[in-house]
Amino acid sequence: MLKVEQLSGGYSNEPIVKDVSFQVQKGELFGILGPNGSGKTTLLKMISGILPFQSGKISIKGQSIKSFSMKELAKMMAVLSQHSSQAFSYTVKETVSLGRYAHQTGWFRSWSEEDERIVQESMEQTGIRAFQNKSIQELSGGERQRVFLAQALVQEPEILLLDEPTNHLDLSYQKELLDLLKRWTREKGLTVISIFHDLNLASLYCDRLLLLENGSVHTNATPNEVVKVEKIKEVYHTDVEKHPHPSIPVPQMVLLPSFKNEENIVEIGPEFMHFSKEHISLHAPVPLRTMSSGVIGSGVGWHQTFVNRHVDKTYDCSDHRSEMLHYLKEHGFEPSQTIGMMTAVWLEDVSYKLIKGDDFSIFVIVTAGVSNAVDASKSDQHSFEMIPGTINTWVFVNGQLTEEAFIQSIMTATEAKVKVMDSEKVLDRVTGTTATGTSTDSILIAATQMGKKLEFAGTITPLGKLISQGVFECTTEAVQKSRQRLKAK
Amino acid sequence: MKSKAFAYVFATVFLIVAMLLGISIGSVHVPIVNIIQIIGAEIFRFISIDHIDPMQTNIVMSIRLPRVLLAALVGAALAIAGAAFQGLLRNPLADPYTLGVSSGASVGAVMTLFFQFSIPFVGAFTLPLLSILSAFLTIFLVLGFARKIDKGMKVETIILTGIIFSSFLGAFISLVIALTGEELRQIIGWLLGSVSMRGWTYIKIILPFFLIGSIIIMANSKELNAMSFGEERAQHLGVNVQRRKMVILIAGSILTGAAVAVSGTIGFVGLVIPHLTRILWGPDHRHLLPLSILTGSGFLILADLVSRTIISPIELPIGVITALIGAPAFGLILMKRRSVERSGSDA
Repeated sequence: MLKVEQLSGGYSNEPIVKDVSFQVQKGELFGILGPNGSGKTTLLKMISGILPFQSGKISIKGQSIKSFSMKELAKMMAVLSQHSSQAFSYTVKETVSLGRYAHQTGWFRSWSEEDERIVQESMEQTGIRAFQNKSIQELSGGERQRVFLAQALVQEPEILLLDEPTNHLDLSYQKELLDLLKRWTREKGLTVISIFHDLNLASLYCDRLLLLENGSVHTNATPNEVVKVEKIKEVYHTDVEKHPHPSIPVPQMVLLPSFKNEENIVEIGPEFMHFSKEHISLHAPVPLRTMSSGVIGSGVGWHQTFVNRHVDKTYDCSDHRSEMLHYLKEHGFEPSQTIGMMTAVWLEDVSYKLIKGDDFSIFVIVTAGVSNAVDASKSDQHSFEMIPGTINTWVFVNGQLTEEAFIQSIMTATEAKVKVMDSEKVLDRVTGTTATGTSTDSILIAATQMGKKLEFAGTITPLGKLISQGVFECTTEAVQKSRQRLKAK
Repeated sequence: MKSKAFAYVFATVFLIVAMLLGISIGSVHVPIVNIIQIIGAEIFRFISIDHIDPMQTNIVMSIRLPRVLLAALVGAALAIAGAAFQGLLRNPLADPYTLGVSSGASVGAVMTLFFQFSIPFVGAFTLPLLSILSAFLTIFLVLGFARKIDKGMKVETIILTGIIFSSFLGAFISLVIALTGEELRQIIGWLLGSVSMRGWTYIKIILPFFLIGSIIIMANSKELNAMSFGEERAQHLGVNVQRRKMVILIAGSILTGAAVAVSGTIGFVGLVIPHLTRILWGPDHRHLLPLSILTGSGFLILADLVSRTIISPIELPIGVITALIGAPAFGLILMKRRSVERSGSDA
């Protein structure tokens, strides 16, 4: 559709855009990225025909753009720029109608029904029809942006060029606009070329990205190829971290602020624990990075308060989540900052231990009961039933963990737990074999993300060794306490 | 559309009323019924006007009607030129006067009077032609100078440049006047602006230029609409901006030059009338331009009427009246604009 070959040019003799070549296919949503001053807008202005270029070639459908008249070009290509001056108070409809200029040939060509239909349709699609008789000077920035989008659309272009289209828009309109553009590329075969400031938005919506650096092409590839930590660091000279999008396979970048935490390094230990008849809680002085399988606050996140609540064996589990939320609120815990777990075990049987390593430490808390122990290798013989969790393992790490270390911590802690089942000869009552845990165990790994950097947590790494030891000792002690209580009864 | 039709009816009625008043009022009062009959008789020869005093017929046909028509043409030319400059430069403060075009045209006219130029074969048209030419040269100098200072050609820069040129050319004219002996009175009288005692010749001079300039500008109304949103935007919409801008500037200079040539420098008409018209009926140039013609001509007829009756029998220069009305209006526009900008930046 659009082909740019060895394009160079700029405002003065020193070219801003240097030897840029790329192609855009019909129906593609093509994003242009790059830091300030990398030549994004200059490149877009050259494509749109505003700025003459020194050398190279731009062609649409195989024909050089220099061979088209302004009107011919306007019928093929519309532009939505960042700023539009509005010196006079034209109405919304008058403004949108101007987009039909290129289609109105001849001095006295009057407004046709076709023109009216297209204008009404575009106003409908951009959601501005309701205020078509309002003056554009009365509109908000976002509404005005949609008016100019409608104006570009009534040009009926095959290519739409946009310069940071989401600049003045709030979150919902950003999404709405980009959803709309994406749909048009799919349904109508519209080709969209857009400058983006926001890497994450660009990776969400673009089929391909062009990363510019100092006026030259750094990378031209799919978002997954372009939005890589090393590339972004190299071009933008800033610290970022990459995270996958939770529901679609595109990369997302987060900035890493370079201010240092002024607070002293925190060490989580028994002094932060609180005991009551109904629950054990731990309130950390700072939010901790967590990965957990609790009832509340499960998954990956940041949490400050941790609650292990005792419920009776007869507890009705049908709507345990909202009941637990209610419980937390009632007891003065802020649910958004809290990880909540349940257990039918007596809380007095809790076992906890602070273990110091080399420049870091871990704090393990375990509550365990094995009345519904299960052998995972034969779990198909059990029927599904939600029973309050019986082995809840909490591991607090006073150090900085990588994502990898979080996952390895879970593995290591689980392996240590399984070993306790074996050494304590806990049997699965249904199958009569050695159990591997209970049917509703929960785990929490929480790290302060301060102090020593701990990259791995496999069983023989420094951190892994501490976790294995801590979980094994605490779980053994908790299982023994719980058994003694049952015997005493 | 209904309101637009009403706008045309209103503006036309305003112009007709202004014309009738302009012809009727003066040292000798001519009843409006008589005016209609006299003009009717002029067009349709079979209407008898024997019952009307021939002196009245004479006053209407050779003094007041040409004077009113000339005022109308000058007002119309300045108003449409102002509307075009404002649309082109996206600024309601632009007009032939603030841009220095009027002063440029004056220089051309003053030089013609001073050196008694006469281009062979064009005779009476020498003055308007040289006025137009120097108006044209001035607008190019102003724009070229503004481009040198500020590549983005911000409107503020253009207006400031226009004012610099206006002052400089005004000083130049004063210098020429100081050097003049007997021609002095003629030049000063002409400079202050007047449509009196010009007769039908001057109408014949301005009419062709007025028609050419207005038709060119009105043929560019859609382009002016597009350019109101900025030159880049207009180009994206398919307007050949460089060419259209040139055409509109040429047409605006033709109109201004011709108006200055027949009536001297009359300020503020080109500023206030398009602005007022825009406030009343919206900025769409397809309607703004013809409506400005109607209101501009009506306004200048009334201004001329005031100038010759307010301290009768002394006649004030018409430029004094337009400036007395225009300058405060200019100030009001500026104030309103500032407050709009302020509230705009808050939003």
